[in-house]
Amino acid sequence: MAHGHKSNEKVVYVGDSRVKKSNHPNIPPDYTSYPGKSEAFIPNFLLKEWMVGCVVLVGFLTWTIAEGAPLGYPADPTNAAFIPMPDWYFLFLYQFLKYPWVSGDYIVLGTMGVPAVMFGGLLLAPFLDTGKERRFYRRPIASSLMFLSLISCVYLTVISWNHYTHEMEATNSIPEHHVREEKAREAHEKGQEVPSATKQEDKAVALVDANDPAMDIAKKAQCVTCHAADLKGNPPQIPALTGVGDRLSKEELVETVTNGRGGMPSFKGTLTAEEIDQLTTWLSKQKAPAE
Amino acid sequence: MFKSMYNWIDERLDITPLWRDVADHEVPEHVNPAHHFSAFVYCFGGLTFFITVIQILSGMFLTMYYVPDIINAYASVDYLNHKVAFGGIVRGMHHFGASLVIVMMFLHTLRVFFTGSYKAPREMNWVVGMLIFFIMLGLGFTGYLLPWDNKAYFATKVGVQIAESVPYIGPYIGEFLYGGDIVGAQTLTRFFAIHVFFLPGALIAMLAAHFLMIRKQGISGPL
Repeated sequence: MAHGHKSNEKVVYVGDSRVKKSNHPNIPPDYTSYPGKSEAFIPNFLLKEWMVGCVVLVGFLTWTIAEGAPLGYPADPTNAAFIPMPDWYFLFLYQFLKYPWVSGDYIVLGTMGVPAVMFGGLLLAPFLDTGKERRFYRRPIASSLMFLSLISCVYLTVISWNHYTHEMEATNSIPEHHVREEKAREAHEKGQEVPSATKQEDKAVALVDANDPAMDIAKKAQCVTCHAADLKGNPPQIPALTGVGDRLSKEELVETVTNGRGGMPSFKGTLTAEEIDQLTTWLSKQKAPAE
Repeated sequence: MFKSMYNWIDERLDITPLWRDVADHEVPEHVNPAHHFSAFVYCFGGLTFFITVIQILSGMFLTMYYVPDIINAYASVDYLNHKVAFGGIVRGMHHFGASLVIVMMFLHTLRVFFTGSYKAPREMNWVVGMLIFFIMLGLGFTGYLLPWDNKAYFATKVGVQIAESVPYIGPYIGEFLYGGDIVGAQTLTRFFAIHVFFLPGALIAMLAAHFLMIRKQGISGPL
């Protein structure tokens, strides 16, 4: 202590720090002199607010436990049938951009023009509405603009949601997280193990009649070059041929081998009709063993 | 004992002025639902903060299991949701809390708007509040991709395509968000980073500014 505790110094610090040694009594302010029935934030008001918070929390947890967070199936970029759907609070924007006068040639208006005016207006509201009046019914322009925006947002959201449900009905599809939940429930009721969404590819199906002469045709025709020597393929681009009999009939197999399909070439020139018949008969026998 | 502990710290750090500024302030009658029931509209800001705290806490627990890569992301969410004890509840809190925080923030914004509380001298606080609103929307958008299911994947694809249609800077925004040309491994890791580090950091800074200003200016007076 360079200075010691000499009381004749004007400012006394705590130790060698720069914190002044205070001799004020630590008494909180008295709110009785404030206008109206003011009260202290801590602890008086915070306790009440905490009770409201607890009620909200209980309601929220009940909702969470009753509903459960949705989870669909793993993302598959090649899935062309999936109907995209943003979270509900983006729906108004999503729906808005579907209208012809803000999409296509006028997309600039849709992505920049209107949102810039709306969000810009909201951001700069205090500088646009500079009057002293605070009551909303005395601010007709600001209030009516806000009401109008609110109604439009609600309208767009509802329209978007209806559109989505119609689309789902038209394509006869059910949201994936519902499908998944339903399957899990069914499996649970039957006492089976709940199917895992991530292990779908692991269900290896054994080759049926591996010694059939058709296997040699498969090798000769170079099926194995793409569909692999064990015919397990290379999913998702190249499907497995094991178990193909469950997915395609003999006629469909003949059609596929003869004319090709997707990325698969035609084998009309490589194989004779007889060989194709022999091969597809064998392939149509490739079914998963009955459980 | 608490008092002597407080005094011990206060003597060394002089925290009383700080404490007085942060906590020891009045709650006027016109915002107190105990006196005027209609004053419950003033609760939405506090509830927004409450839900935000829930989001931060539940999110912290989610990152204990979540793996931000395209092979394992879905599997880790699946495991978290169905195998981890109370994992489903924590993920549910984070999922539904995201919606609830938007609702509460929306109601808070409407309260501030219709009571004209954004007017002078509180313009800056309104602007900061709107920035918080945009950050929250950004958190919602980036968080939607993370479970890596089909819904997440295709919604993000559409969202980024919309951002890409902005003239001149659109392709740059698209590349920034994708981290390439498609929604893929890079997109997932950068959405994770944005969702977990960048935006929450910005959010906390903005919230600090929001609360500092309201403490300095006090709640707007009665109408």
